[in-house]
Amino acid sequence: MKYLFTRLLWLPVVMWAVATLTFITLRIVPGNYIESVANQILDPEQIARVQAIWGLDRPITEQYAAFMSDLVRGDLGLSMSSGIPLSRLIFERMPPTIELALVAMVISTGIGMAVGIVSAVTHNRLVDYATRTFAVLWLSLPLFWVAMMLIVIFAVQLRWMPASGRIDARLDYEVITNFMLIDHVLTGNRAALSSFVHHLILPALAIGLTSSGFVARLTRSAMLEIVHSDYVRTARAKGLSERRVILKHALQNALLPIITLQGLQFGTLLGGAVITEIVFTRPGMGRMLLDGILKRDFPVVQGAVMIVAFVYVVINMLVDIIYHVVDPRLRHS
Amino acid sequence: MIPALTIPTPPLPVPARRSRWRRYELSLVGGVFFALVIFATAFAPLLTPYNPELPNVTSRFKLPSLQHPFGTDDFGRDVLARVLYGGRPILFTGFASVLAALVVGILIGTVGALYRGWIDLLLMRLMDVMLSFPSVLLAILIVAALGTGLANMIVAITFFMVPVFARLVRAIVLTLVYQDYVLAARAMGAGDLWLIRRHIFPNLLPPMIVQASAMLAVAISTATALNFLRLGVEPPTPDWGLMVADGQRLLFDAAHVPFFPGLAITLTLLSVNFIGDGLRDHLDPKLRRRL
Repeated sequence: MKYLFTRLLWLPVVMWAVATLTFITLRIVPGNYIESVANQILDPEQIARVQAIWGLDRPITEQYAAFMSDLVRGDLGLSMSSGIPLSRLIFERMPPTIELALVAMVISTGIGMAVGIVSAVTHNRLVDYATRTFAVLWLSLPLFWVAMMLIVIFAVQLRWMPASGRIDARLDYEVITNFMLIDHVLTGNRAALSSFVHHLILPALAIGLTSSGFVARLTRSAMLEIVHSDYVRTARAKGLSERRVILKHALQNALLPIITLQGLQFGTLLGGAVITEIVFTRPGMGRMLLDGILKRDFPVVQGAVMIVAFVYVVINMLVDIIYHVVDPRLRHS
Repeated sequence: MIPALTIPTPPLPVPARRSRWRRYELSLVGGVFFALVIFATAFAPLLTPYNPELPNVTSRFKLPSLQHPFGTDDFGRDVLARVLYGGRPILFTGFASVLAALVVGILIGTVGALYRGWIDLLLMRLMDVMLSFPSVLLAILIVAALGTGLANMIVAITFFMVPVFARLVRAIVLTLVYQDYVLAARAMGAGDLWLIRRHIFPNLLPPMIVQASAMLAVAISTATALNFLRLGVEPPTPDWGLMVADGQRLLFDAAHVPFFPGLAITLTLLSVNFIGDGLRDHLDPKLRRRL
């Protein structure tokens, strides 16, 4: 309980630090959206007036105080370039990214664990060498290139999958949570669901494949350590089938490090989602962040960074807590 | 007379059949290939007659042939020439940022572990915050703040790698400072600098080499990603990441244009990863037993 409490206390501290670092980072180099765009259409007096509306004429400490007090109340402000509230932008852009990252995670865990187990079971035999080499190959592949090659093969040549977007733009559908899987199942919209899934497969596969190498390596080394332990030998001596020994006794304990890795990996997956969204021109946090950066739209960048950091930190915290619940050895230390 | 007690001697463990070098086969292949990559990018002007930046309207969209082994792009530039030159920004960024992160990380980690107290606490909390953020996004954010360009990209990549090195260094130095021989040296009046030079640095070196080689792959792959997002070097400078990005609009007409630079990235990363694995197996005795 005490551990849980300190972890929860750590969350606002990290978020404050991330917010402050983002705030400072964006203001190291002068220039914001209004200056960079308005110079072309407004005279200096008008620019000053717009700057005043956004509070950009006030001293930096005051701007920081205003940003912080808004943040505490959960208000991320408005986008400078479009005037749309950040809460609205995040509602539109966050679900597609989460969907992509989660499905990618399922793919990478599935492939990675399967390959890792095969590799550990066939320790030092030909299959092991082959799968290990493949794991290194997977983690050497640049994500954006894999994404592009998947488009060339499955969208351009074979025409099995669409090359871009989140869903067919001609379809009618209802937005409730903006998590399309949930929305389309709730409304029973089959056409939309199928189009959505088709659009999701290639990008998720690109991220999933390139990050499965890490999972495979970790699964292999975790399994190897356990396969040679006493209790696994006992299980074998009891006459349990090899299948049962590996899948039930060994894998269950190997799961802990894998869960941890997946927590850490989620940040990588989010980063990967950013890149994949660019290749597949999918709407999402990645495009939002990149657009915000290129336009120097401070509130958009701050909002995107805060949300991504929040999700990342919370997931890592959950993993840590799960870890403590699952592993009795850690509970008392 | 008591008969001599004979104890049956257990058979000597049979040495593994695989020779010492067999185990490092892949690492050797990786090492040779990586050396070739460095050589090819360094001596690119001698290896290709084409100018990587000069457009040539008469030879646009050529498929791979004897004259242009990797074909030409939409500006009629030879793709092979661009791939040869295009490794330069990537490799330079990789080496420069790993070196910088190593130096800063060793500094922060050693200071934290040797002096403890509030300095240590402050530094490590700062490292925690930096680590609590997805690395690619952190790099993107820093480039956003400083502006695009090669130098800023190196700063960004260095920045997110520092905590990795700093924490590892701190952990190792912490175990070292309480070793008997270090305490003895201290009791005999050894100063901090002498301790660092004679006892801490030599022990730090092997794990740092392993970590640096692993981080080189991360740095190179992040550099290509940043260049791909057009946050790094600017066109018409040939660069692998940028070439893939530019090739995206040609996917339907000339997919060979993004294919070859991507292949170059893959093979380079693969060789660096193989080198890293070999170094880890060789320098980390704990792991050596397990393999």
